[in-house]
Amino acid sequence: MADAVLQVRGLSAGYRDRKVIQDLSLPAFEAGNVYSLVGPNGAGKSTLMRALAGLQPASGSVTLAGCELIGRSLSEHAKEITYMPQTLPQGVALSVLESVISALHASPIGDVGLSRHSLEQRAVAVLKRVGIIHLALDSLGQLSGGQRQLVSLAQSLVREPRVLLLDEPISALDLQHQLRVMKMVHALSRERGMISLVVLHDLQAAARWSDGIVMMSRGQLIASGTPGVAITPQTLAQVYGVRARIEHCSQGMLQILVDDVLPTAEETTA
Amino acid sequence: MNDNSVKGVAIDDASILAIYRRTLLRRAAIVVGLGLLCVATFVLDLATGPSTLTPAQVLSGLFSPESLTAPQRAIVWQVRLPYALMAVLVGAALSLAGAEMQTILNNPLASPFTLGVSSAASFGAALAIVMGVSLPFVPTDWMVPLNAFLCAFGSVLLLQLMTRRRGAGMETVVLLGIALVFAFNALVAFVQFVSSQEALQQLVFWSMGSVSRATWSHVTALAAVMVLVVPFSLHAAGRLTSLRLGEDRARSFGVDVSRLRFLALLRVSLLAATSVAFVGTIGFIGLVGPHVARLLLGEDHRFLLPASLLCGALIMSLASLASKTLVPGVLMPVGIVTAMVGVPMFLFLIFRRPERT
Repeated sequence: MADAVLQVRGLSAGYRDRKVIQDLSLPAFEAGNVYSLVGPNGAGKSTLMRALAGLQPASGSVTLAGCELIGRSLSEHAKEITYMPQTLPQGVALSVLESVISALHASPIGDVGLSRHSLEQRAVAVLKRVGIIHLALDSLGQLSGGQRQLVSLAQSLVREPRVLLLDEPISALDLQHQLRVMKMVHALSRERGMISLVVLHDLQAAARWSDGIVMMSRGQLIASGTPGVAITPQTLAQVYGVRARIEHCSQGMLQILVDDVLPTAEETTA
Repeated sequence: MNDNSVKGVAIDDASILAIYRRTLLRRAAIVVGLGLLCVATFVLDLATGPSTLTPAQVLSGLFSPESLTAPQRAIVWQVRLPYALMAVLVGAALSLAGAEMQTILNNPLASPFTLGVSSAASFGAALAIVMGVSLPFVPTDWMVPLNAFLCAFGSVLLLQLMTRRRGAGMETVVLLGIALVFAFNALVAFVQFVSSQEALQQLVFWSMGSVSRATWSHVTALAAVMVLVVPFSLHAAGRLTSLRLGEDRARSFGVDVSRLRFLALLRVSLLAATSVAFVGTIGFIGLVGPHVARLLLGEDHRFLLPASLLCGALIMSLASLASKTLVPGVLMPVGIVTAMVGVPMFLFLIFRRPERT
């Protein structure tokens, strides 16, 4: 699977008069790995994700296994890439199972020609995997925010994409579910040879579950590489404006300890 | 809670799928049931009227016209049948239009009436009635519907333009629709203000909504639009369902949402403009038909769209029946009656707890 690489070169996207990301090139994303996209609010993380998913016009080059994705139609994008947005609608009169099945029916997926029966079984299998099979027959309108996030994840996974884009998938989840979701994304990426790109605000989770980190600020790439390489006191100071220490716990895991907010440029001059 | 339990009861995958399939079957049964109810009210509507014909005579006259006298035949074939058919068709068309509108604009208050399509049609009709405009090659009795159609279609095109504008959210489109309602109502009021007594009377009657202007050619025209549009609606059902999961969600599943919206609004404009053109303003059906259907069987559009269509047809047919029977001997404009029939039905469904789909 070494050839199934997602490569971003010279990507620009945003509004017509103001590009949120400009001429952005990233190191290659490799199959079977989980990558975390981190950075402060407004860094262009969601814009990058939406551009990769084909939801937003972009220029430059995005290739998957050598095939150019920019300029392809939504349905062609959807065969390879699924994007899970941050916000999900409320008050929809569909059951959880129905919503997952409708994600399968929306447009052709890679392995076309599956019978209705096997599609339905696939939906049930995903709900089980995500751990929400007990909600299968509940209405979307009755779910909590965290449950809706899990359902949305199931809708994305059921299409078995080659590239999974998750925009803050654990923001509304409790501690146990945060852990479960990241563990599952990690395991599925390995099993399916899927590239997962996850926007996270929780750097600790990013460090723990990612094979690689992409740190962005103001539409620019600041640092990338393994968590130990990308997350350093210097990059944290540069990107978030905080004074932090990176230490290793007794089990060897990276611990990020944030001590203080650094004074901004204006404050220093004043 | 155990992962393999539904509401505390241990359950396996097979039974979850079995329950899901049973839900699908039940929904199909509801759609069929609504269809049968429609047929029943349609027949009842046919059999009811101010003349002395008995229901049996009407029914036998349908299958063997020669069993009736010439005037009786005229009543059945030129009055009862086109009126009853028109009621069913208009209800179906407006309600289907409302269902599609509510989904693509993501707004439960969207309907041809609330977004100005009906008001635009009234304005078109008002111009034709009061100004007496006529076009070459167009028979004079088609001028009012034609003008109403053109204005209604134009108003939806305006909404259409708005959805195509980059950065305009669906809320903006809904607000524009509401602005159109007020604008066209003001224009209609202006035309009424300057019109003659005679034209005014005609106009008021038109704007009340009535199936009693229906002719066979009108019925055929609306039926043709339905036959043209409904297959495309049903074909889009899967994509419309996924749009309910959110616009970005649907797009990332490969649905071209702007194209879906464009084509749905095109269907809505054909359905709404044609119906309003022939029967005038009928406000309630397009809003409530889809809601009744949604409360009955959820938002899987494979069932929601046909059920909305049938609910609209049913309410309208009942309203047509009521318009003949509420005040004996008087045929009330059906537009007045639709809300009287629809509101209790709607309230009943709201207060009976809806199905947990």
